[in-house]
Amino acid sequence: MPPVQAIIAKELRSYFVSPIVYVVGGVFLLTFGFLAYLYIVFTGAQAIQLMQMQGGTAQINLNDLVFRNLFASMRFVLLLILPILTMRLLAEERKLRTFEFLMTAPIRVSEIIVGKFISVYLVFLGMLLLTTLVPLTLALFSDFDWYPVLTGYLGLTLLGGFFLAVGLFASSITENQIVAAFTSFGLLLMCWLLAGLGSLLGDTPAGQVVSYLSFMEHYDHLVRGLIDTKDLVYYVSGTVLMLFLAHRIVDASRWK
Amino acid sequence: MIEVCNITKRYGHLTAIDRVTFRVEKGEVLAFLGPNGAGKTTTMRILTSFIPATEGTAHVAGFDCADQPDEVKKRIGYLPETPPVYQELTVAEYLMFVGKLRGMTGAGLTQALDRVMERLSLGSVRQRLIANLSRGYRQRVGLAQALIHDPPVLILDEPTVGLDPKQIIEIRELIKSLAGSHSVILSTHILPEATAVCQRVVIINGGRIVAEDTPDQLSARLRKSEKISVTLKAPPANITERFRDVPGVEHVLTTSDPQTVLIECALGKDIREDVARFAVGQNWGLLEMKPVSMTLEDVFLKLTQREDELPKSSETPAGERH
Repeated sequence: MPPVQAIIAKELRSYFVSPIVYVVGGVFLLTFGFLAYLYIVFTGAQAIQLMQMQGGTAQINLNDLVFRNLFASMRFVLLLILPILTMRLLAEERKLRTFEFLMTAPIRVSEIIVGKFISVYLVFLGMLLLTTLVPLTLALFSDFDWYPVLTGYLGLTLLGGFFLAVGLFASSITENQIVAAFTSFGLLLMCWLLAGLGSLLGDTPAGQVVSYLSFMEHYDHLVRGLIDTKDLVYYVSGTVLMLFLAHRIVDASRWK
Repeated sequence: MIEVCNITKRYGHLTAIDRVTFRVEKGEVLAFLGPNGAGKTTTMRILTSFIPATEGTAHVAGFDCADQPDEVKKRIGYLPETPPVYQELTVAEYLMFVGKLRGMTGAGLTQALDRVMERLSLGSVRQRLIANLSRGYRQRVGLAQALIHDPPVLILDEPTVGLDPKQIIEIRELIKSLAGSHSVILSTHILPEATAVCQRVVIINGGRIVAEDTPDQLSARLRKSEKISVTLKAPPANITERFRDVPGVEHVLTTSDPQTVLIECALGKDIREDVARFAVGQNWGLLEMKPVSMTLEDVFLKLTQREDELPKSSETPAGERH
């Protein structure tokens, strides 16, 4: 599919010549590093306390105290940051009148959507790859179980994909990038709050459905090291659904 | 090459175009002339398969614009009103991107790029960011984008808007050079443009086609009499009646300039000599005399203004409308 490749290459180029990627990536990496630092120092302080109380060496579980907290905090950081990355994707095309050009080029709407999604996903994966410096550095000085760290990264990868798809959808409905960003904030926050509603409804069928719809529970499983097909299906289907909706919106804009 | 049959486009209650029908043959350049909001862009968007028509059919190179958009899009080069350029790319990057979107690769793409750069004299800005280019260059990049795949059909929405006079002439020359091998539709509200580059003119107003012909025939058809504008140094008060004495004169009209009158006679007659002799004989001080031919501009105004908007005399001279 050469047209999709062309779209991906062009989008990546646009990202890296604009300051967005550097600002968003910088904030993301800084937050990741700073949170990791806080949890590590906090864990260290706890270890010293334990040693003083028990004497000798204390067994500190880095997986529980550092990584689980770190991954749990990162979903909020992603919620704040990823809409900034996606807001321009389609809104800018409309604003700058290049939308009509794309729509009259011999390329399908699905190819445009997929190309744009892949490009922003690659940017995000690049950012995520850089954060692996934290566990790699920690591995030099301590022992921890790599398995839940890897599933945590899988969780971030899936969660990020879903957030980006929501953002791409939000960007398809407007030509204003600020509106696009806030629409995705709103949608993601709502999706988050569904978890609260779910626990309020408790173990009823309605409660289970609502909890399933929120991304929280599925992410927690992965962070704890559980790979469940149900959670993978949730993210993949959620991402595909949002991309499909973006496709419908873009296609329908011809009929207005 | 292009066949439009009774297309209508409604946006809710608003009818943007109403039963528009026209044809463009292979190698022909057609001007789509009309005031802003007449429905030019809507028609072009339907032809490029960007929007569907509410009723009627449009065919480009034998393919239906509504049912076979992929085939239609492959055969069209389209320049929308605003050149669709990405500011953050260089000219070469942008045109490569367009070429790849159109499925071109490798040597074919590089050759096409060089050819189109040469044709639009973009060589000097090849590596410049589009954001830093002037309006004229951007417009040319937009045209290059429409031409890169050498499509049989070109649809250009106001291609010379925002250009300086020299650039306008260059672009017109380019469009003329495309005639013969390409079918071109260009929309414009600048009348000399239609006369300069097109073999046929379609005048559209309020969503309807009001006239369709060659530029010459359009003006001939609407001209009902020959007119001469006469400027005198010392015209008498009753000048309109005095000129009636000249044989052949049918009407004498005053203009906004009290020293100038407009004399009409039957089509095909030349009474300039008689008028001059008469004016000199009366010692009115003949300063200037020239034939007034109906320009496409008059035709256009006449066709696109509604009856009630027209000045009382439908024969008002062109000179007065400026």
